[in-house]
Amino acid sequence: MLFTSYEFIAFIAAVFLLYYAFPLKYRWTLLLVASLGFYAIADPRYLIFVGVTVVSAYFTCIKMDAMNLEQTSYLKEHKEEMSTADKKKYKETMKKKKRVFLLIGLLVNLGILSVTKYTNFVIESINSVLSDASRLSTVELIIPMGISFYTFQTVSYVIDVYRGTERAEKNIFKLSLFVTFFPQMVQGPISRFGQLSKTLYNPEPLNSKMISMGIGRIAWGYFKKVVIADRLITAVTELVSKPESYTGTYVFIAMLFYAFELYCDFTGGIDITIGIANTMGIKVAENFNLPYFSKNIKEYWNRWHITMGTWFTDYIFYPISVCSPMLKLSKWSRAHLGSFIGKRVTVYLSSLAVWFTTGLWHGAAWNFIVWGLMNFVVIMISQELEPLYTKFHKKCPWYKKAPYTVFQIIRTILLMSAIRMFDCYRNVPLTFKMIGTMFTEFNLGAFTDGSLLGLGISGADYIILLAGLFVVLGVSLIKVRVGSVRAFIYERSEMLYYTAVAVLTIVTFVFGAYGVGYDSSQFIYNQF
Amino acid sequence: MKRFLKILLVVVLTFAALNLLQRLLVPKYQTGIIEGSMIEEYYNEAENHDVVMIGDCELYENISPVTLYEEYGITSYIRGSAQQLVWQSYYLLEDTLRYETPKVVVFNVLSLKYDKPQSEAYNRMTLDGMEWSSAKVDAIKASMTEDEKFVEYLFPILRYHSRWSELTSDDFKYLFEKDLVTHNGYYMRADAKPCMGFPDPMPLADYTLGENAMKYLEKMTKLCKEKGIELILIKAPIEYPHWYDEWDVQMEEYAKENGLKYINFIPLQEEIGLDMTKDTYDAGLHLNVWGAEKFSIYFGKWLKENTELPDRRRDEKYSSVWEEKTKRYEKEKKQQTDELEKYGKLVSFGANAVKG
Repeated sequence: MLFTSYEFIAFIAAVFLLYYAFPLKYRWTLLLVASLGFYAIADPRYLIFVGVTVVSAYFTCIKMDAMNLEQTSYLKEHKEEMSTADKKKYKETMKKKKRVFLLIGLLVNLGILSVTKYTNFVIESINSVLSDASRLSTVELIIPMGISFYTFQTVSYVIDVYRGTERAEKNIFKLSLFVTFFPQMVQGPISRFGQLSKTLYNPEPLNSKMISMGIGRIAWGYFKKVVIADRLITAVTELVSKPESYTGTYVFIAMLFYAFELYCDFTGGIDITIGIANTMGIKVAENFNLPYFSKNIKEYWNRWHITMGTWFTDYIFYPISVCSPMLKLSKWSRAHLGSFIGKRVTVYLSSLAVWFTTGLWHGAAWNFIVWGLMNFVVIMISQELEPLYTKFHKKCPWYKKAPYTVFQIIRTILLMSAIRMFDCYRNVPLTFKMIGTMFTEFNLGAFTDGSLLGLGISGADYIILLAGLFVVLGVSLIKVRVGSVRAFIYERSEMLYYTAVAVLTIVTFVFGAYGVGYDSSQFIYNQF
Repeated sequence: MKRFLKILLVVVLTFAALNLLQRLLVPKYQTGIIEGSMIEEYYNEAENHDVVMIGDCELYENISPVTLYEEYGITSYIRGSAQQLVWQSYYLLEDTLRYETPKVVVFNVLSLKYDKPQSEAYNRMTLDGMEWSSAKVDAIKASMTEDEKFVEYLFPILRYHSRWSELTSDDFKYLFEKDLVTHNGYYMRADAKPCMGFPDPMPLADYTLGENAMKYLEKMTKLCKEKGIELILIKAPIEYPHWYDEWDVQMEEYAKENGLKYINFIPLQEEIGLDMTKDTYDAGLHLNVWGAEKFSIYFGKWLKENTELPDRRRDEKYSSVWEEKTKRYEKEKKQQTDELEKYGKLVSFGANAVKG
């Protein structure tokens, strides 16, 4: 059930009505039924995979939580008689015991993810170096909807319980809801148990402001997705599916179109998710913070797909940075290669692991892995150039002024958009080649010879796109100044707020690229 | 309470705006392709009809109800639409029976060759114009192709929203009220394009008429019997698309088994007096007004001889209404004839009427 399908809208309307009819205390049970139903409608077999995830996480976490309690209570009881060394030894023993359960939890969950999503990628990669006669055949596998999202969410829960930063959920049905909460199942955000569970099981009581804010956010999400992203996808598909015809300036146009499409698609989807949750009194983590206003790539990654970024930082970067082989390597390299290289070794290797897995998480293809590695390279280069920038900024005090800020923002957008072209073309060499043509073929006539009208979108569509993007830019600029634009309007005039939501809804109904005549795409992040 | 009223006001205004936009965006079918207006025109009828004809273009382009009235005093209406499928005909009959119970129902059998939903465009031209009732709901369900969605029939703005960039003056002119485009369901064309022959019929793997199609013919038969209506099956005197002998035999057998009258007019072209070099406007696929009038005279005579239909010409209740209809009919016929004399072709009717 796509967010843009009529079925989903009917489904969500039915869930809302029933949800408000339920007593506050039991509303989570309705959400669980709705979430399982949402999954079963897509494919009832998916429930088996989710079921294994929930059961494995439940039992391993209950066990680890019991050990955490036992450890705390033991240490408290024997506080006086135990030396620091004894305490350390005891903790180590307990950690080893817990690690068994942690490993079970991780192996089951990451195992399902790896097998379902990456088996054929591995086979195809092996086949690419084998002769035709010895090729392996690929296997038909079910890839459960949103597996990357719910697996990462579950893994974070298992690790948090292992670390003792979260208590295990005793009610398996409540845990099931955390794993399967339907609005965020398809494209995130990747919520943390501690943050989401607070309102998921004990939602805020119904109030008109909460519902109004939620509906407003849903309307805004649909506007971005249906009016802008789904209109742009036609042109992007045309441009990238015929690389032999569309080179040079066309690649640049495809790059910009895809940048706007992806932004409106992904942020639109997240707005719908958060809006639905808010309407039900549930707080879901924010996933974007005006990423296209970032002045550099590091800042960009702090503002784009925030929950994924923090997940990789907390569960990949830090554990690798502080694991004992890495600490030994760091020590060795400082001693043998000097402090300049020594202190960089662990950061570089941990970052490399993060970006490799980030790429792999996005898709089982070399394009995504290279995309991740390109991000790594750019981030590391910019990090190394940091002192140079600092010197430059000191000599040029105007760097804080608006024109330079605009330059930095455009530079970041172009850089990120160019790297993102690995999403678009069918393989890595072709992507490099096409990016190369942007610098070698300047067919600027593409802007004036009418060929933009041959990309599947008409002149009228371009007007809608320009107007839509102008609205998105305007709202974003206001957001920089006032924070939540919806809250800003609502607090000044409720009537104005309701009218704005109504107008947005009408505009989306009329100017949306949906229904017959449009190949309304899935949300791009559904596939991850 | 104040807040609730504010929300209610915005919700009501939003729905009103969407409704207005929906009216604006749905195709008006007033110029060029006018077939989409045919079904809804029926609801404007003030008086009942003794004969109701249901079916495809072989009815609405080949039979003139005005001629039937003028010649025999038969009051009739053609609930026809482009590529009307048999299940649509059945539900249109159900829909018609909500308003009147005619003495005779005429069904053109060509559509029995289709056993499955065919095309969204034709579905729309038949179904959009129906008033909402269980008959319309069932007709939509029976007709939808794989890509169609019921909700888009319920809220046509979801289907037609993308017409915002192709709106014409017609969309504003006919926002609230439309002109009549037919004469009791008859689509008039006075121009002529001679028939130059047709391709040989393709042999079929199976000549049995489809199970689904026959199921709806049976339903139609049963419904007519229940209501005391005489159902007459006809095959209009048009040779293309080809009407196979095997189909004809099945129709004859079906009519015999069910005590119905079935008449295939194809072999009677000469007896009717049709000259397919003059009496067709599109090379033999459909008759023009001259051919339709000839066929109507013949068919009307057949109806008078084979059924018990009253002559309504002296019935004041009908005569005043039909006088108006006849005037409008003759006026349009003259208008078309004048255009043909002046320009050698029609300029305000058919595809030529669409401004480029």
